[in-house]
Amino acid sequence: MAQTSAVLFFSKPRLQSLLDELRTRGYCVVGPTIDQEAIIYDEILSVDELPRGWTDEQAPGQYRLRRRDDDAWFGYVVGPHSWKKYLFPPKTTLLSAEKTANGWEFIPRADDSTSFALLGVRACELAAIRIQDRVFLDGPYQDPLYRERRQRLFIVAVNCTQAASTCFCTSMKTGPRCEQGFDLALTEIDSGFLCDVGSDVGQDVIAVCSAVEATSEQQQSAASARQQAVDQIERRMDTSDLPGLLLGNLDHPRWKEVGDRCLSCTNCTMVCPTCFCSSVTEIRDLNMDRVDRERSWDSCFNPDFSYLGGSLVRNDTASRYRQWLTHKLDSWQNQFGTSGCVGCGRCITWCPVGIDLTEEVAAIRETSTP
Amino acid sequence: MSRKPRLAVFKFASCDGCQLSLLDAEDELLAICDRVDIAHFAEASSDLQPGPYDVALIEGSITTAEDAARIRRVRLDSKFLITIGACATAGGIQALRNWANVDDWVDSIYPSPEFISTLSTSTPIAQHVHVDFALHGCPINYHQLVDVLVALAEGRQPRIPSHSVCLDCKHRGTVCHVVARGVPCLGPVTQSGCGALCPAYDRGCYGCFGPSVPANTSSLLNKFRMLGQSPDQLVPLLRNFNAAAPEFQRAADQLTILRSNDEGTPS
Repeated sequence: MAQTSAVLFFSKPRLQSLLDELRTRGYCVVGPTIDQEAIIYDEILSVDELPRGWTDEQAPGQYRLRRRDDDAWFGYVVGPHSWKKYLFPPKTTLLSAEKTANGWEFIPRADDSTSFALLGVRACELAAIRIQDRVFLDGPYQDPLYRERRQRLFIVAVNCTQAASTCFCTSMKTGPRCEQGFDLALTEIDSGFLCDVGSDVGQDVIAVCSAVEATSEQQQSAASARQQAVDQIERRMDTSDLPGLLLGNLDHPRWKEVGDRCLSCTNCTMVCPTCFCSSVTEIRDLNMDRVDRERSWDSCFNPDFSYLGGSLVRNDTASRYRQWLTHKLDSWQNQFGTSGCVGCGRCITWCPVGIDLTEEVAAIRETSTP
Repeated sequence: MSRKPRLAVFKFASCDGCQLSLLDAEDELLAICDRVDIAHFAEASSDLQPGPYDVALIEGSITTAEDAARIRRVRLDSKFLITIGACATAGGIQALRNWANVDDWVDSIYPSPEFISTLSTSTPIAQHVHVDFALHGCPINYHQLVDVLVALAEGRQPRIPSHSVCLDCKHRGTVCHVVARGVPCLGPVTQSGCGALCPAYDRGCYGCFGPSVPANTSSLLNKFRMLGQSPDQLVPLLRNFNAAAPEFQRAADQLTILRSNDEGTPS
């Protein structure tokens, strides 16, 4: 790839030209916008739909939209949605079959033709996409839908210039700087956007923004904006004894204690940008002439998800929480060669009762039985 | 099965909404009739055939001595008995009488209370006879009812998810009301079934489908108390269509104890 080393600069209104160009090239552009009192991801036609002048305030079990003092376009952190809904949709029909005079005829899923351009992907989210790439594309069994959408994906990353109290990407070594896995990566400063180019397509597309080489002054402002995010990150997770710590403490009393607080409601796994569990159900129509094989997001916190051989394997909340956390932070490493956690903090913010995995890990370490 | 299963629908204390949902399944109704033989369904036909029945759908709760006797006769006449809806499964909204003096209510509501003969409680069908399967909801989801009927005809297990409403909210992309707005919502302790309807229309979940498994009401109520909700606000949230469902009943009863403590009632 012919990567330019020069950092480019373009003024804010030029971002609309980028959106228009991506749409002309057939992309459905999805990005941050305000809906339901939160910054969510949805299709964006105009830069006017961006959450300009808004930010998010986050704490365990709490999220509030707040007005900013300035008019920043990307002055928020991460919200309730993650990009996984575009690559691994909540519900998909994988296959259908219809009864004919000659028996059952199988109808494969039609090739997916949607090309998505993601606008505003954070460093932790790039890391999450890399992790799901391993889950869905590495090894002998690839997920065809994920592959089709992933191959056509265009990513406009945006560097964080602030952090939420729930962020801990520095502990997981996933951010806050976007370093790889994007076509373009922007850093917002008052006068416009600095842009790193990460791919040939990115190089091609950015031409419409009339970008010029960034001055050293602009680069300095961008660097200090990015440093602000680093400085604001207060939450830490010690990963020095992971993997190992959790699988070595399967009988720790903390599991029972967190099980008493946990609602087993599945929210943490649904908002997690790497959780990939699903259930496959075959749905017949009433006349028994057609069957649809449907896949939908499921969760290890759903008791039915561990139904095996006539009974529930994990029939209490403590065992389900333990299953999730040991997989996410510990056995995920053996399975995929990486941690399953990117430090985005969504599971902390969106747990209705504010259970904080960094606290749970610290509590287990404190009284660990080596 | 060589012959179609004979189906009967019986009504007890209820609003008829759940049995109506069977008639509302207009697109599927003819196909259902191909699979089951509707032998007794007063809401649909005056041709009421006698038992025995293969499947009985029971709507409504037990609020009179006559109904307490009638449900036993229905049970004897039915191979497989399914309760449909919050009344039959958990006692319904009318179970609010369980916390009140029913005679006072009758006196204040009816112009001629002497014509009313009723029990002091509203109880779910399972407290009277063995129930083979329970469909939750106020009202039930007719897709679930159709699946149960087809599953019976096919001899397979019905596919009725027991997870919380939260999972459905996340499938739809609905933002959590508890986290983003501090609104009390019973979704995390309520069983799926409605497709997370209310949260998608800017309200918290009312718990129409009853407690999920597990329904960790104490942890969720702690959170609501931290959000500034008083027991006076939370008790009515729990004492609703599923007031007498054991998990909701216990949680609301505990809150009333807290309420008396808050008021500084001498012990």
